[in-house]
Amino acid sequence: MAVVFERPKSLCDVPLHYCPGCTHGIVHRLVAEVMDEMGIEGDTVGVCPVGCSVMAYNYFGCDMIEAPHGRAPAVATGVKRSNPDKFVFTYQGDGDLAAIGTAETVHAATRGENIVVIFINNTIYGMTGGQMAPTTRPGQVTQTTPFGRNPELAGYPVRVSEMLSTLTGVALAQRVAVDSVAHIREAKKAIRKAFENQKEKKGFSIVEVLSTCPTNWGLTPTDALKRLREEMIPYYPLGVYKDSVAGGND
Amino acid sequence: MAKMTVRTERCKGCGLCAQACPKNIVAINKEKRNKAGYFTAECTDDNACIGCAMCAMMCPDCCITVEK
Amino acid sequence: MKGNEALAEAAMRAGCKCFFGYPITPQTELAAYMAKRMNKNGGVFLQAESEIAAINMVLGAASTGVRAMTSSSSPGISLKSEGISYIAGSDLPCVIINVERGGPGLGGIQPSQADYWQATKGLAHGDFHLLVYAPASVQEMVDMVIKAFDKADTYRMPAMILADGLLGQMMEPVTFPEIEQKTHDKSSWAANGHKGQREHHIINSLYLTPEELERTVVERFAKYDTIKQTETDAELYMTEDADILVCAFGATARVVKSAVNEAREMGIKAGMFRPKTVWPFPVNELQEASKNASQILSVEMSMGQMIDDIKLALNCSKPVEFFGRTGGVIPTPAEVLAKIKAMGGNK
Repeated sequence: MAVVFERPKSLCDVPLHYCPGCTHGIVHRLVAEVMDEMGIEGDTVGVCPVGCSVMAYNYFGCDMIEAPHGRAPAVATGVKRSNPDKFVFTYQGDGDLAAIGTAETVHAATRGENIVVIFINNTIYGMTGGQMAPTTRPGQVTQTTPFGRNPELAGYPVRVSEMLSTLTGVALAQRVAVDSVAHIREAKKAIRKAFENQKEKKGFSIVEVLSTCPTNWGLTPTDALKRLREEMIPYYPLGVYKDSVAGGND
Repeated sequence: MAKMTVRTERCKGCGLCAQACPKNIVAINKEKRNKAGYFTAECTDDNACIGCAMCAMMCPDCCITVEK
Repeated sequence: MKGNEALAEAAMRAGCKCFFGYPITPQTELAAYMAKRMNKNGGVFLQAESEIAAINMVLGAASTGVRAMTSSSSPGISLKSEGISYIAGSDLPCVIINVERGGPGLGGIQPSQADYWQATKGLAHGDFHLLVYAPASVQEMVDMVIKAFDKADTYRMPAMILADGLLGQMMEPVTFPEIEQKTHDKSSWAANGHKGQREHHIINSLYLTPEELERTVVERFAKYDTIKQTETDAELYMTEDADILVCAFGATARVVKSAVNEAREMGIKAGMFRPKTVWPFPVNELQEASKNASQILSVEMSMGQMIDDIKLALNCSKPVEFFGRTGGVIPTPAEVLAKIKAMGGNK
């Protein structure tokens, strides 16, 4: 018998600290698989956020930098500008990327920084115990929206892929999900494309991955996937929002 | 002939593998816990495994190996 | 050459490969100078979207082992403080320029030294220090930038040039020294791609185990102890027989020197002590300079900040007076002389 599926080499052989059923691990694996397939682990520098994936530096086999909260795209800019021949990616959650780090995200995107951003959207702050995120859906109950997010009080969520797709510097803005094997395959293709874009110097590529947080959603891992499918995807439609070359649409 | 192997010490018993299996032959064994205290996944019928690796694709802890 | 431009030219000559900045008065000429030359010379100039982004770009570039710098003025340094704490906590070398202006808040755009506490004691959260150099002339800005890059690499820590708007805008002749390019081997920690030839490097300041965090901080403080022994620097001017020792740093020292000269002409035994490093503070040098003094005077462009370090260095063994102007007002030699006379400097 031959091995048809095993742990990618770019994913360090250590236990992940994530809660049972948390889909961070799936996305980590996809990024690692892409690094393996492209043979770029030794030429890649990853940048971690602050949030549940703060310790992703222990998991990816490439060189890693832990950035201040929200600043990963700025840190990645510093890495890429000084090392244009290296692959650079950030791995960020919704609070990190779309709240405290909005300026860094938008400006790295509009500059067309030739980097990859993996954006985990699970509509909640996981690390701090389940508070409202910039992507929390209207009506969604969190620790800080105990009666459901009321847009009159707490405003509306940000649709990051749609927003960034309007920027000239963006090469790829795609939303994917990891609720099923079919969607996971799509997600991997998108991540591969983002890294290929970087190789071809096309500009800023963001892959938004709809993910779950069973612990803070108060659901079993299986029910969390169901909610992702039935409630999140209709609100955050999957698809390619931009596929171009930085500057290509002007 | 195909085989899925769970690295049980890494399994957190989340069950995402079980719900992904098209043959319904992956389940969480509620009899046995690993050192971390989790019930872990296993294949209930090795002969029925088709080696599609859907269980492994869903596993957030990357603790399933599939051979075919 | 203008002070701000001299800082930029010196940085490029010192091997600075990346400059990330954000416009703020009174340091803007520095970025403009970099913008003209940096990219042409194979370096990186980038105007960031904020001070916060700029310092984090420095963090990224420094993580890969290249020499990186940012510059700003007081309110901008406050914004950079988060990133500086992470840089210190990750043991990364870099150079930060602060061309100080008046504060607090938006304050003003005229020269000030009111960021002394910030630079030497409380720049951001956590236990850490920066190397802080306080130049008093355009030439010294050049020399200190070159030194700051070298020492930052030697000790793997951020270094700051604490200048002020007066020095930044000042025109003076400068010579650029031949720079002996010391190579600092960063291969044991730089995160620039392992090529499959080593373990992956992690640049990080997170330690969730208290004992582990304590250990890293204690190790860093052992390094600080070495620095306190070896890196202090000060100018002693007519201190040997000085009865009144006037302490000042940066541009204020130029004013004080004039006042001391005038006092001497009047028969008052005045002298000047000028720290060139404000962290580490030159404690031994001050003790030496003040050995014959009966009184000490601290002159600052603030409400009195360095005076704390003076009192600590002397264990409050001698009376320490203060004269300062703040908010962008520059003290005059006549004002300082009047204060020296009022202290009854003996003949």
